[in-house]
Amino acid sequence: MRITCKDVANVALLSRLEFSESEIETFTGQMDAILQYAEVLNKLNVENVEPMAHVLPLKNVMRADEAKPSLPRELALSNAPEQEDGYFKVPKIMEG
Amino acid sequence: MELFKYTAHQLHEKLVSKEVSAVELTKNVLARVDAVENDVKSYITQTGDSALAQAEAVDAKIKQGQAISMLAGIPGALKDNICTQGIKTTCASKILAEFVPPYNATVVEKLMTADTVIIGKANMDEFAMGGSTENSGFFTTHNPWDLRAVPGGSSGGSAAAVAAGQAIWSLGSDTGGSIRQPAAYCGLVGMKPTYGRVSRYGLVAYASSLDQIGPITRDVTDCAHVLNIICGHDAKDSTSINTLVPDYTKALVNNVKGLKIGLPREYFVSGMDSEVERAINKAIEQLVALGAEYKEISMPHTEYALSAYYLLAPAEASTNLARYDGVSFGKRVEGNDIVDMYKKTRSEFFGAEVKRRIMLGTYALSAGYQDAYYLKALKVRTLVKQDFDKAFENVDVIITPTAPTTAFRIGEKANDPLAMYLQDVCTIPVNLAGVPAVSIPCGFAANMPIGLQIIAKPLAEETLIRTAYTFEQNNDYHKGFATLGEVK
Repeated sequence: MRITCKDVANVALLSRLEFSESEIETFTGQMDAILQYAEVLNKLNVENVEPMAHVLPLKNVMRADEAKPSLPRELALSNAPEQEDGYFKVPKIMEG
Repeated sequence: MELFKYTAHQLHEKLVSKEVSAVELTKNVLARVDAVENDVKSYITQTGDSALAQAEAVDAKIKQGQAISMLAGIPGALKDNICTQGIKTTCASKILAEFVPPYNATVVEKLMTADTVIIGKANMDEFAMGGSTENSGFFTTHNPWDLRAVPGGSSGGSAAAVAAGQAIWSLGSDTGGSIRQPAAYCGLVGMKPTYGRVSRYGLVAYASSLDQIGPITRDVTDCAHVLNIICGHDAKDSTSINTLVPDYTKALVNNVKGLKIGLPREYFVSGMDSEVERAINKAIEQLVALGAEYKEISMPHTEYALSAYYLLAPAEASTNLARYDGVSFGKRVEGNDIVDMYKKTRSEFFGAEVKRRIMLGTYALSAGYQDAYYLKALKVRTLVKQDFDKAFENVDVIITPTAPTTAFRIGEKANDPLAMYLQDVCTIPVNLAGVPAVSIPCGFAANMPIGLQIIAKPLAEETLIRTAYTFEQNNDYHKGFATLGEVK
């Protein structure tokens, strides 16, 4: 196995997802199969190859620093699960 | 009169000559939606009322003798990951089931300026992850050529709507084949333009370095007309290409004399349907008879493209989908603390495939594995791009099948993610390289449409159109209409 149930449980935490034990087992099997398929990449020598994150030869696209109309606050908040006094509201994140 | 069966350019003539009105046309298409939607299930949201208002405005312009755009008054559909102000945009995800965008995508602004009529928001695989619409959080769309089959995906609703007469044209998005494969499965023309040719502003992101919006239409002429409207630079998309957009209808030329075609042997994979292979070879013979030249070429890194894609796309998705956390939009499930709230929200409302790709992407980016998986995949992406660069030194277009088979049955691959991924083997390299490609109908196997993929170098959409148009004008494959009532 390339990946264990413990690895998958750790990735789940990093992904902010939670699963039952049986789901973790299913995911472990499926991810292992996909990662096994990905091992074909190890057949290639890529030591001197530049990585390509993006196909366009674009870098640091800038525009003039001019104020333009932006989304009104009420619209920006219109899909919020919870809001108060013009802010997004979330559960308490600090003690005390 | 079955107006819903015509192409956009035919209907434009009927509107301009006042043979029919835009309202009559829209009502005709809406009636068709009513008649077949229960069987096909193309739409997540229907917008019949605003469609009729848009059509009335076009009729007023025609009455006043004003010139109208080629798509004015012509009913279309939008994939439900393209933001529409005031109209729900769900990405077929339960987490966005109630999301109403406060702004329009740039392509939607362009379509509004062109006075198009929008019939609704089309079903898709959740967040565009999949090739069948079976990953939709709401329901599966059926293929109008055989209701037991998938329409393809992820833009399956967009394709099925056009094939079933529930829209005359549509927009999809293509990250690894999501326009071309459903177009192939539904007997339509589907183009993924060059990366950066169409603004992605307002397209809900899946894998940002691969995503591109494009048209699904009934013929190549309509494809050119939709491209004319949606292409162009946009300051709101920093990856938008800033070059002039040609008039793509000028490339509707029935002539391929001297065109150099490359046939990459690596695309004829094991597991390919022999009928598909026969149809592609016949198409090549036909293009050669029409004056094109062809040679076999080699693109040696093709077999690695799929593996690289299924690391890179999930990696990008895992970061893009971090925003669905129950804070600023979308659903929320309350928890003991904020991390618990994130976990409960995401676990309850994301579907299995989305979770799988978030997990895979997070793993590929996590400490200790990033070099082995993500970085290596980025390097392989360079090699795949170089294969295309080298090929285009000697040929004008590359021709391949769009998919190894015709549309498969609903449920057939639902429990085997890897088998589903293998359907994308011919389309994925194109996204990795950022080049444009189109799928056009090139025959049938057991009454199901087969798709031919034509690939060209960056910004050579006109070469695609000329090649596709020549093939189309010398064949009748695009003239058939899906028989959804009869095969049921």
